[in-house]
Amino acid sequence: MKRALSTQVLIIGGGATGTGLARDLALRGVDCILAEKQDINAGASGGNHGLLHSGARYIASDPAAARECREEGALIKRLAPQCVEDTGGLFVAVPGDDDLYIADFVERCSRCGIKAEAVDLKEALEMEPCLSPEAIAVFAVEDASIDPFKLSLDNLAQARSLGTRVLLHHKVLGFDKHRGRIESIRLQDLHGNKEVRVHAEQIVNATGAWAGEVAAMAGAGIDMVYSQGSLVISQMRLSERVINRLRKAADADILVPAGTVSIFGTTSKRIDAPDNCRPTTAEIDAMLDDGMALVPQLSDTRYIRAYAGVRPLVRSGDGPDDRAVSRGFSLLDHESHGLDNFITITGGKLTTYRLMAEKTANLVCRRLGNTEPCRTAYEPLPASSQARYTEPGLTPKMWFKKKDPGDLLLCECEMVPTSVFNEIAASLTTNGHRPGLREMGQRSRVGKGPCQGSFCSLRMAAHMYNQGMLKDGEGIDELKDFLNERWRGMQPLLWGPAVSQAELQEALHCGLLGLEGGEVV
Amino acid sequence: MPTKDNTHSCDLMVIGAGMAGMAAALFAARKGLSVAQAGLTGETLYASGLFDLYGVAHGSRRELIDNPWQALQELQKRHPDHPFCMVAPDQIREGMDMLTGFLEAAGHPYAGHADRNARVITPVGTIKRTFRVPVSMWAGVRALEEKTPCLIVDVQGLRGFSAAQIVSTLKPSWPQLRAVSIEVPWEKRLGPKYAEHIARALEVEAPRRELADAIRPHLGKTKAVGLPAILGIHATEAVCKDLNRLLGVPVFEIPTMPPAISGTRLKEAFDIHMPRQGVTTFYHHRVHTAAQQENGCFVLEVGRTKPERTVVADHVLLATGRFLGKGLVPRREGIREALFDIPVSQPENRSCWHRETFLDPKGHAINLAGIEVDDRFRPLDTSGRPVYDNLYAAGSILAHQDWIRTKSGTGLAVATAYGAVEAIS
Repeated sequence: MKRALSTQVLIIGGGATGTGLARDLALRGVDCILAEKQDINAGASGGNHGLLHSGARYIASDPAAARECREEGALIKRLAPQCVEDTGGLFVAVPGDDDLYIADFVERCSRCGIKAEAVDLKEALEMEPCLSPEAIAVFAVEDASIDPFKLSLDNLAQARSLGTRVLLHHKVLGFDKHRGRIESIRLQDLHGNKEVRVHAEQIVNATGAWAGEVAAMAGAGIDMVYSQGSLVISQMRLSERVINRLRKAADADILVPAGTVSIFGTTSKRIDAPDNCRPTTAEIDAMLDDGMALVPQLSDTRYIRAYAGVRPLVRSGDGPDDRAVSRGFSLLDHESHGLDNFITITGGKLTTYRLMAEKTANLVCRRLGNTEPCRTAYEPLPASSQARYTEPGLTPKMWFKKKDPGDLLLCECEMVPTSVFNEIAASLTTNGHRPGLREMGQRSRVGKGPCQGSFCSLRMAAHMYNQGMLKDGEGIDELKDFLNERWRGMQPLLWGPAVSQAELQEALHCGLLGLEGGEVV
Repeated sequence: MPTKDNTHSCDLMVIGAGMAGMAAALFAARKGLSVAQAGLTGETLYASGLFDLYGVAHGSRRELIDNPWQALQELQKRHPDHPFCMVAPDQIREGMDMLTGFLEAAGHPYAGHADRNARVITPVGTIKRTFRVPVSMWAGVRALEEKTPCLIVDVQGLRGFSAAQIVSTLKPSWPQLRAVSIEVPWEKRLGPKYAEHIARALEVEAPRRELADAIRPHLGKTKAVGLPAILGIHATEAVCKDLNRLLGVPVFEIPTMPPAISGTRLKEAFDIHMPRQGVTTFYHHRVHTAAQQENGCFVLEVGRTKPERTVVADHVLLATGRFLGKGLVPRREGIREALFDIPVSQPENRSCWHRETFLDPKGHAINLAGIEVDDRFRPLDTSGRPVYDNLYAAGSILAHQDWIRTKSGTGLAVATAYGAVEAIS
């Protein structure tokens, strides 16, 4: 029998916008279901720098977006401090960078209300020894580092506490329409392989780069451009502050510290479809070669992972450069498509996610006749424990303190013990989700150390069988899926010692275990 | 011969202490050559103990091989540049017999079918094809062939080995398989259990009895008992026999995730028994520099972290392995050979090294990269001539083979070591 659910609002997409919208609507007393085809932050919300923009990056290309960033950035620092490391940022120019742009920088920033102060070059090198000694100009701004995953999980946790239901791994199959109104949405439960039908008064398409595909299913066209941005994570933290290249936004411009690591990016590569997003060797090589001018260490530091996200850009003109397409967001009411209960929100930036959610919620509430005001601009975002184990160094600290020898480590590189695994698994199960290796990797540090999951994946799979979380041959598929997913982030970074690690992994998983193709008994 | 000035002279210097280096040193010593060998044996700790010959056809998408000898004939027709094709099958067979004979004398007998690959249960419940297995694993091969009622036992605290996982995965096709999880009876302390500690304990009689007592209540109508590889390090055969006697049914080992006890056994067997073959071993030593003298001899500086002594050799055999063994160095700009900077046959650039999917059945191009050799296993320069008349190469450093995907690691090491030693002597 098909499962049927009904709600006031169905939100499609579990990224920063979708989860932020779920919270905003929940705070206004609106009943919601959030459906996500993968896991939380599977798209651009998880595939970005984790940079809370001061706005200075957009002063030339998009002053309006720059102002939005300044306001929203300040607001998030105040209301969601648990997700932010307020590092501050530097804009740094090196020989060859545009003199005029450097000269106008402070003035342009102040026109957008953004604080930027010149820093003495010698002092800058003392503050950030990783900077190129060739630097010719340095300005300090109010950039910060943000944990996007924690942000989305905290938004979702509050929404859930107010009654929002969440369907992870549920993919849209189609919309059933009647006279300009979507009456129900058919979803596929990808894990249970069942179909779920949802009746909703309003539907919000918050699927980011997939917004065009989802809107097309509802019979509404959006002209979208897909711009892939690739990033790399270094094994060590390279700087204390966010380091930006002082030039008009280009590739290989930004280095963001994140806990014990640093994230460097990005690129801008046009791709045909959002599903084709993956970092390539050529992109990474070009990016590192370019980035060395700003931070020379980028050429010889060790990287642990590469990843990519798709910037969902809605095309307005015919600009040749994807960076010229507005980074502002697009809120589409689809009334011109003859639909009166379908809304798309896409584009924008992580820094402005809250504003995007507010504007969308305003439109939804107008249509529902709900007059409650938005509360997210002044109410703090409560910290949940949902994402606490993604923090580097936390589980080793807890484990050493607890001194329980029976609490065996499943991941030895990042020291994630069985108790943490069980706690995350229980929380997933309570929320109606099936715990799997990928979900564990997303919610903890497992697979993120030097072995990149080669060993911990086997320990986790064995543990899951012992706990009855896996049956029959499910473990084989679970391992294959996890290893292939980890590989996406390793493959473009394979040179030097990483190649030896990959060889060992292949000897184990293919040579001994034969996971590249099973033999039937 | 060692001399006063800390110089050692020999007919052959083998560089590398993996399976190819070991096989080459053994074969050369048996031929009466004076042999020295340097290299790190630590990597052997990652060995599964299974000796593959040829389990999946080269260049295929996982075409599984039953009879490796037949398949090697096919390989000769389809891929004549594969290093296997430079050695006659009866020589490969003789080499495999010599290696297993050496290990049998060292207390680690091997078993297998005459001409067929054996099938072994892995710790994730998949089936692996291999050619020779430690005798301690042989009852498992037979049990799988006949699907006899079988009990798989795991040890609480020994991570990465779950009897429930193996049984759940295999049960649909092997209904009379059961799982049980036991505690190590003599070790009540909480915390992780390590195969090596258990293995050392089981070399003493009392713990064996306690282990048998813990398993016995679960036997039922079981005809064989499978355990993780924990049955002793130096006396595995005796431990197995005693457990067979105590339980009244054959007991067998299942490989565990590396570094595993099966690797420790091999490492210790080589460490102890290679010198007894007359090989002058410099294990845990690296060759830091190598140069050819005017008389053609190689002068090699050998030492742990820095040069400590000099070896003068008439011939050198390079068996330094691939990336993990540090024989090949993968730089962002390209792959280099580490010691002599011999040209490396390789994909055009780094973008072509690996496929987008790790488990792609077609395999990764980088794994076919390596050293090109002539029919006497001498590395070639870019014009196709031997780099040196008296320098040879064997094992996984050679090009045009993918030992991991074709399940041919030991076979390739033995075959090419045999071929190279034949060419030298």
